[in-house]
Amino acid sequence: MSWAEDLPPLDGGASAPDTQAGHAGGRWSGRCWAPGVSLRDCRPARRRVWRNRRNATLIVLAVVLTLIPVAMILYQITSKGIQTMDWEFLTSSQPFSLRRTGGGFLNGLIGTAIMVGLATLVSVPLGILGAVYLVEYGKGNWLAKLIRFFSDVMTGVPSIFVGLFVYTALVVQFGFGALMGAASLMIIMMPIVVRSTEEMLKLVPHELKDASYALGAAKWQTVLRVILPSAAPGITTGVMLAVARAAGETAPLLLTALGSIQLTAKLWGAPIQALPLAIFDGARNPFAAGQARAWAGALELLLIVLVFTIMARVVASRSRISR
Amino acid sequence: MNVDIHKTAPQLAPPLALPTTSQTIPQPVPRGADGEQPVFAVHDLNMHYGKNLALKDVTMDIRPRRITAIIGPSGCGKSTLIRCFNRMNELIPSARVSGEVLYHGENIYAPGVDPVVVRRHIGMVFQRPNPFPKSIYENVAFGAKINGYKGDMDELVERSLRRAALWDEVKNQLKKSALDLSGGQQQRLCIARAIAVEPDVILMDEPASALDPIATVRIEDLMQELKQDYSIVIVTHNMQQAARVSDETAFLYTEVDEATSARWGILVEFGETSQIFTRPRDKRTEDYVSGRFG
Amino acid sequence: MRSGPSSPPAGVSLPGSSAETVAARLWQRKGVGRRADSLFAILAGLCGVLVLLVLAYMVISTTGTALPVFRSQGISFITSSDWQPSAGRFGTLAFIYGTIITSVIALIIAVPLSVGVALFLTEYAPKRLRTPIGYAVDLLAAVPSVIYGLWGVFVLLPLFLQPSADFLAEYLGFMPIFKGPASGLSYFGAGVILAIMITPIISSLTREVFSTVPTADRHAAYALGATRWEMVRQVVLPRGRAGIVGATMLGLGRALGETIAVALLVGSAAKVDPSIVRPGYTMAAVIANTFPEATGEHIRALVGIGVVLFVMTVIINMAARAIVWRFNRI
Repeated sequence: MSWAEDLPPLDGGASAPDTQAGHAGGRWSGRCWAPGVSLRDCRPARRRVWRNRRNATLIVLAVVLTLIPVAMILYQITSKGIQTMDWEFLTSSQPFSLRRTGGGFLNGLIGTAIMVGLATLVSVPLGILGAVYLVEYGKGNWLAKLIRFFSDVMTGVPSIFVGLFVYTALVVQFGFGALMGAASLMIIMMPIVVRSTEEMLKLVPHELKDASYALGAAKWQTVLRVILPSAAPGITTGVMLAVARAAGETAPLLLTALGSIQLTAKLWGAPIQALPLAIFDGARNPFAAGQARAWAGALELLLIVLVFTIMARVVASRSRISR
Repeated sequence: MNVDIHKTAPQLAPPLALPTTSQTIPQPVPRGADGEQPVFAVHDLNMHYGKNLALKDVTMDIRPRRITAIIGPSGCGKSTLIRCFNRMNELIPSARVSGEVLYHGENIYAPGVDPVVVRRHIGMVFQRPNPFPKSIYENVAFGAKINGYKGDMDELVERSLRRAALWDEVKNQLKKSALDLSGGQQQRLCIARAIAVEPDVILMDEPASALDPIATVRIEDLMQELKQDYSIVIVTHNMQQAARVSDETAFLYTEVDEATSARWGILVEFGETSQIFTRPRDKRTEDYVSGRFG
Repeated sequence: MRSGPSSPPAGVSLPGSSAETVAARLWQRKGVGRRADSLFAILAGLCGVLVLLVLAYMVISTTGTALPVFRSQGISFITSSDWQPSAGRFGTLAFIYGTIITSVIALIIAVPLSVGVALFLTEYAPKRLRTPIGYAVDLLAAVPSVIYGLWGVFVLLPLFLQPSADFLAEYLGFMPIFKGPASGLSYFGAGVILAIMITPIISSLTREVFSTVPTADRHAAYALGATRWEMVRQVVLPRGRAGIVGATMLGLGRALGETIAVALLVGSAAKVDPSIVRPGYTMAAVIANTFPEATGEHIRALVGIGVVLFVMTVIINMAARAIVWRFNRI
């Protein structure tokens, strides 16, 4: 910070008597430079220096405080989860009595896989097509603006509300089940896919589209064969992030899949477990065995979410390099 | 005032005083001895973007298997004009065209004509090479696949690459990404891609302006070869290139309405390249080709 | 020179379509033609509209389900804190109060932390540290809420929440806001975990805002002899003010709707308590905790709570986006 010293007085030293080295006061705070005074003896006012240092320290403190939970969560989930995570955990379901040790969250894993898989299968094509509409067909018209605005609104809707909706719309009629859980996840995923795909489609250079049209391709052919393949890496990133989000959702599944200790692959008519639901149960479980399973389940879930999140970033950065 | 080209007798000698009015000079395009019908016959073409006029009353012919250059100062509407030939201007929502562009006698702007079909028969190469992020093979085959080509695709790709003078350089690397090629190679790939759909006209919008001089020379040589089978229309801001390469030249210029500062392009002069560059009839043409303004 | 099949021999004037007829042998005409384009456009449009339809259906369906409870309770649904489902009394003030209080606590903690992190990453951090630390903070955003809840209950609670709550009650307990007996499972506990969860959101948005401040402005301040903090205070913070507000509101929107971690840490007490170290409840938490066992009108009331929560978060989110959007325009 040495080059931020106070500048010499503007009147060229006429106020020198006021600012001789060693005198505080005068028109400038701190010690200013004057003819005859070495720069090395000059400093800004002590208060300014102190305030600068104090705030810098506070800021670093804020960063440390923020990073502590990150470190703690990662460390503890790994260390506690690894204790219980073994082959048995990965391959068996919750025991009938939650007090018993052993068993695992396989039922949750399967349930999550089914529901997230179904939700992805439906929301990704629909979301991509919706984004295609926004970018290629609806440029600037009122419908596109409306869709874009409400997609943003949808991404901020509490997930439990989505669960309530699917409950009133589907579960009341058809009971709890994987399809209902998948439906709620789909509602959560779709706006995310639409908005992120839209951003990626906007980046496709118009020269590529021009080249395709000039060869006599129709618009739908251009979209399917040129625009979507070009934007594919970016779209994949967005989809992976949406999948990571859906895999971690608990609240809507509480109301739609309900959870169960059974390993089932039934799509409707029976409650089905999901990994986050199993962890939630474990967190409320008074028994050590149940809690231990919850930690292992948390490790499992964290790994899944982190893998998708990191893969998404890898795909994103790799595509930028190859351009 | 426009005079129908085909009804005016060919002028025998240039007038002494070079007219500088904004009237369009009657430009007789002599019919070749073989009496060929022009590939494109443009009549009173006016092009608007929304309310703004971009091109005014353009009337000209493009003859088959020749290279026709469109030159003029920047912003005068050369690219706009060439894009009128394959209805690419319609990709901009506010674009409106009036007048007609006859392709082999048929107006491509007639109601009921599908622009997609028009574009298949009229190829286009752009200023910056724009290969698709696919392999070389897939780039060339793209147009064919889109349009339902039922013949031997490999043979079509090879034929097109040969015609674009690129085959020898890439024949062992057809699966390589097109983006790995150099700029000049990419542009020749774009030409091959355009040729693969078997057009009979190739429009080139400043095809060599983004390339280094050596690549430019190769493109110009390629154009001479291509003109034996295709009619070529090229937009260029490089006068020397136009003089080197083209058989006929059209000079476009900007007209300004002093009151509203609106600008639009007009066709000032059109004729054999040698005549345009050595004995231009219009003063504006003479000023431009002698470099008094750019 | 080889001629292509579609180039006419020299000297012959051809009618316009003969080039096509020759080529048509090898080229199939597009049978579906123009119709494919309009079909595709309609399909894409329908997918886009789907978002609107789903949203509309969500609002209509839930409001419809909750309407009987709204009618029977009237305004006391949100003004009364008397929540006795078994007796048919559904005053949800306690939950609304709890939601707001926990979110406010979260903001009080998270905003300074987030702004500090954002400032650190844009102004103070050496280049090498920027990516890893930014990455680590963003990682916080990816962690699912149930994991926060689990860690919160078994680690944060005994290690920090309970001791801090005890501390506050003991030394500041004369103030009603900190009156004991203190519980880690309280508004305070939920607020802290919410703060951890929304910090990455606020900080990443704020980081973006700060990075749009032109370097020239920063250098102008330095050239006048400002210290780093003075530069930040005079140049970066004023420029970023609207963005910080917008980011804060987006974080608030997220905090209002956060369910699972709060459900585990808020204490599950359906009453209004002025002390933040006492157990309470939030709208999302009560739905999550009591839904599986609820029946009949109780369920409708819970749906009603969901509708009120939805309205609150939508309003906050829309306001936040309007502010951020206006900031971007400038």
